[in-house]
Amino acid sequence: MDDRVILRVGSKILIPFILLFALYVQFHGDFGPGGGFQAGVIFAAAFILYALVFGLGAAKAVLPPIVVHTCAAVGVMIYAGTGVVTLLLGGKFLDYNVLAHNAAHGQEWGIFSVETGVLVTVFGVMVAIFYAFAGRRRAEP
Amino acid sequence: MSQHLPVLQVVVPLLAAPLAALVRRPRLSWLVAFLAALWAFGVAVALLHHVLSVGPISYHIGDWAPPWGIEYRVDQVNAFVLLIVSGIAAVVLPYARASVEWEIENERIPLFYTALILCMTGLLGISVTGDVFNVFVFLEISSLSAYALIAMGQDRRALTAAYQYLIMGSVGATFIVIGIGLMYVMTGTLNMADLAQRLPAMEANRTIPVAFAFLTVGISLKLALFPLHLWLPNAYAYAPSTVTSFIASTATKVAVYMLLRFVFTVFGAAFSFDVMNIDRILTPLALAAIVFMSLSAIYQPNVKRLLAYSSVAQIGYMVLGISLASVFGVAAGILHLFNHALIKGALFMAMGCVMYRVGSVRIEAMAGLGRTMPFTMAAFVIGGLSLIGVPLTVGFISKLYLVRAALEQGMWPVAVLVLVGSLLAVIYVWKVVEVAYFRQPIGDGSIREAPLSLLLPTWVLVLANIWFGVDAKLTAGVAIRAAQTLLGVGS
Repeated sequence: MDDRVILRVGSKILIPFILLFALYVQFHGDFGPGGGFQAGVIFAAAFILYALVFGLGAAKAVLPPIVVHTCAAVGVMIYAGTGVVTLLLGGKFLDYNVLAHNAAHGQEWGIFSVETGVLVTVFGVMVAIFYAFAGRRRAEP
Repeated sequence: MSQHLPVLQVVVPLLAAPLAALVRRPRLSWLVAFLAALWAFGVAVALLHHVLSVGPISYHIGDWAPPWGIEYRVDQVNAFVLLIVSGIAAVVLPYARASVEWEIENERIPLFYTALILCMTGLLGISVTGDVFNVFVFLEISSLSAYALIAMGQDRRALTAAYQYLIMGSVGATFIVIGIGLMYVMTGTLNMADLAQRLPAMEANRTIPVAFAFLTVGISLKLALFPLHLWLPNAYAYAPSTVTSFIASTATKVAVYMLLRFVFTVFGAAFSFDVMNIDRILTPLALAAIVFMSLSAIYQPNVKRLLAYSSVAQIGYMVLGISLASVFGVAAGILHLFNHALIKGALFMAMGCVMYRVGSVRIEAMAGLGRTMPFTMAAFVIGGLSLIGVPLTVGFISKLYLVRAALEQGMWPVAVLVLVGSLLAVIYVWKVVEVAYFRQPIGDGSIREAPLSLLLPTWVLVLANIWFGVDAKLTAGVAIRAAQTLLGVGS
């Protein structure tokens, strides 16, 4: 891809905006369409674009597979962990009301935390699936 | 903390699964998985005790009251299923350490345990929840992890077996979610208790019978009811030993529980049996499963496959009990859920021991194992006797209740076919026993008894086969109370 200047420069310009848009979708999910799943996919798309244009090796140097797998696992723990925190604070599982001084703030923080978990896991799984397929070699005849 | 038990049953294993992936060391991830299974078992025992002494528990996730929020509801029926799933997991995991280290590459072991705990989490979740969509979500969790687990078998055919299961399982799951969707469209609710209240008013509407049909066929695929069982024999035969032992004793059982839940709790026995006449299709299929699958088992050259066909036949016994729709019949079905989990768990674990030492589970590989691996084969013999239904084993208790339930309704031919199934079981168990005890050992005599870490868990299940066969008061008592709860008759 060394000679595809437009692709390389174009994707370099696009990637920061894709990442930013992912974060917009993430944080706007509280009020409108969007949320952790969509944001995670968009966030992963930025890295997948990078891998498509600059090669799998370059992408793995930026984002090593071990980080990707860790993300996939940590996100679930953030989600379920939020529920455990609400249990420890004396509420029911995932009862966000107890997370802050009043119920409205508690709900906001709870949803924020849970959606972060979704973002992290979806991002990790998306990139992991891409790495797994892109890393396959044709079997030797 | 005790009020949170229903959710802790699921959440702690759910947290343990990513943890097992994160620790990245085979032994450490095994420890995480083992502790999660022990925890689940402890919680299940506490839940069953609570349900039997105090009564059903309802837990509102996020403190959203049902029917709006997700409700976890534990009564006699699912408390018993939770005990089966977590109990088998707690016995299989100590067994898994040596067996998995031998069968799976080192770097995959942490992910193997992650998938195994996720599968257990999904099965526990299906059992504990009182929300039909939640059932579907947990069904996907348990199924997807099961496909991955089966694909990790050493034999390359494990891949095609897992793929076959993936396709059939996805069709089943799709049917289930279509059924749930139709019910939701009609009633606007996903809560089981709320559905049960609203559905009777809509029975005349064509959509509800369609939803019922989709759900029954979807669940029948998942529980491998003859003739929808085609995914099962290969999946059980080529999966790693640990996976076969765990899935064979839990996954289809939980699917049978789903059938019970939807037929009796959500739609109600009156609608399912008097309007839809589900017994007219379940009884013949169950009897066909018992006879034809037992016959197929006789001709299998691979013992794990033989046991898999036998499992389809045994599922026939459970469905037969359910299709009788009497307290005794349903109790016999529920009782056989528990008993068959013990029987097949013990048998598949004994085959895992053989795999560990001999490297094959084909019948000719069993030659002389009665001498070289006496404890393993003794476990197989006792498990086999229990499968046949010899007195003093759990298999006998199941058959006793089932025959009694059939005779109670004057169904002589059904009772006879149940006994024919037992006779066929004698043949296929004898085939293995004969080769193991009456043939000279092959090879250079290097085959030794399986290590204690495999034998002890196997024998725990074998002894449980005898224990609950001699003293069936606990299991039969719970099964009868569960059947009474499902049928809505006073206890």
